[in-house]
Amino acid sequence: MSTTSRRIGKHLLLAALSVTMALPFVWMVLTSLKPLAEVASPSWLPSRLQWSNYADVFRLVPFARFYWNSLLIAGWVTFLQVFTSALAAYSFSRLRWPGRDKVFLLYLGTTMIPALVLIIPNYQIMIRLGLVDSYLGLVLPSAFTAVGTFLLRQYMLTIPTSVDEAAEMDGASKWQIFWEIILPLSRSGLVTLAILVFMANYHSFFWPLILLKSVDKYTLPIGLLYFDSTRGQSTHLLMAAATMSVAPLILLFVLLQKQIVQGIRLHHPRG
Amino acid sequence: MNARQRQHLRAGLGFLAPQILGFLAFTIFPVILSVGLAFTNCDLRLHNMFKDASLQFVGWENFTRLFTHPDFWRFFGNTLFLMLGLPFAIAGSLGAALLLSGRTRGLAVYRTMFYLPHFTASVAIFLLWKKLFNPYGGPINQFLAALGFQPPEWLNDYYWAKPALMIMAFWTAVGSNNMLLYLAGLAQVPAELYEVADMDGASRWQKFWHVTWPQLAPVTFYIVIISVSGGFLGGFEMARTMTAGGPAGATTTLSYFLYAEGFDTGRLGYASAVAWVIFTLAFVMTLLNWKFGTRYVND
Repeated sequence: MSTTSRRIGKHLLLAALSVTMALPFVWMVLTSLKPLAEVASPSWLPSRLQWSNYADVFRLVPFARFYWNSLLIAGWVTFLQVFTSALAAYSFSRLRWPGRDKVFLLYLGTTMIPALVLIIPNYQIMIRLGLVDSYLGLVLPSAFTAVGTFLLRQYMLTIPTSVDEAAEMDGASKWQIFWEIILPLSRSGLVTLAILVFMANYHSFFWPLILLKSVDKYTLPIGLLYFDSTRGQSTHLLMAAATMSVAPLILLFVLLQKQIVQGIRLHHPRG
Repeated sequence: MNARQRQHLRAGLGFLAPQILGFLAFTIFPVILSVGLAFTNCDLRLHNMFKDASLQFVGWENFTRLFTHPDFWRFFGNTLFLMLGLPFAIAGSLGAALLLSGRTRGLAVYRTMFYLPHFTASVAIFLLWKKLFNPYGGPINQFLAALGFQPPEWLNDYYWAKPALMIMAFWTAVGSNNMLLYLAGLAQVPAELYEVADMDGASRWQKFWHVTWPQLAPVTFYIVIISVSGGFLGGFEMARTMTAGGPAGATTTLSYFLYAEGFDTGRLGYASAVAWVIFTLAFVMTLLNWKFGTRYVND
């Protein structure tokens, strides 16, 4: 077989596989535009496009509110994680203090603690602090982890130490070196980490599920579950809601593919 | 320690403080609390704002009750059963990476298509699959019926619920991070190895088996460890959104069991014991990784 025909064959195979992978999404979008009566019909195509399904979702549940809550929570967690991780990574990568590397290894070792173990005790803590059903209670337990510090430390280690030394000679303080030199130089690392943290928290499910009680504080995943339990029989509306919660992710991925893929590789350094 | 060192230490810890304090409060303290809880009779029905019975230390009772409870072993079995899909998913990721590696034009589009199921996998996608598996008018059974099969009731069926979840998991796993790790691994296989194999007249299959596969062994090892460890921790989201752990507990994994005990019945002490069993299983995988994985050293 010639290389050209082999290449064409490969493209055909990949195209067929890609279409197969996409079928669930296609069904989701098409069903979200159907009238309810056509949901179970063998034809995937709606007889007419019923865009009002999307408006109905907003009418039946506070869907805009769910969007906003997800954005707010994921945004705050991202800000706190990136900022505190950058500070810690600076300390672990560029400041020389006694015991630093031992502390770092110990800290890195804690990444093996699964979030599952923390849920019950953190729930107890939230009861004591009176933070059940609050935004603060959603943000705090996810805001401080070792993973981001590890990732940013990798980044900062690639910046030559001569940069700091030169600044120090000019009389810059540690904070100035961090804020004015190291942070701008680590920008792509910060962006990568921000995306990873944001995504993870946009998807976050277990913790908000147990912590949230009032519907107006629901994030998207919890809101969708609520929609399913109250209006799940309206498959066309459920699919409209699902489409709306998946669409921003697809958009984000298409726009930021490079940073996302790079972040995943840094996150799993063994690859 | 002299004054200079002390000054360095102060600066170092100062930058660390915001994160470490939060970490101590919401990770380290909870871990300690969780160990404690696992040895108490803590129960939301006994200890709440209306009723404050004293917390009792019960020793190993939660653990002995857990290990002697037939349901625990059944749910452990479910967790393991769902992991039977992993070899297929990992092989699928490798196959996808082999197809997508190299510099052929237009591969990025395919890569995106393969990756999206994993990237979007969350409640919305699980609810979508619940509808896809719907035995009454769902597209999967319409398709199977059109082919002349007598399709099962999938998520409603005790025996078919687990395979249904495995099919969905396969769809999300093929193009996942595993594929990206394999792609990165393939890019690092030295080209000379293939040149030598070409000179020896090796077939494509021989090249895969004698060059690619052994070169990728560390990546495969890492993926297996991560996947198995994830398998022990997993299954909660699918069970909660698609099956409520049923029918008759058929899709209750250890993590869903933890949720049901802790937050449906409120037995937080007992659920903490479950959490530590899951942690131990995942921790064994971490130890295996430390012992046998090629360690990554960066400085």
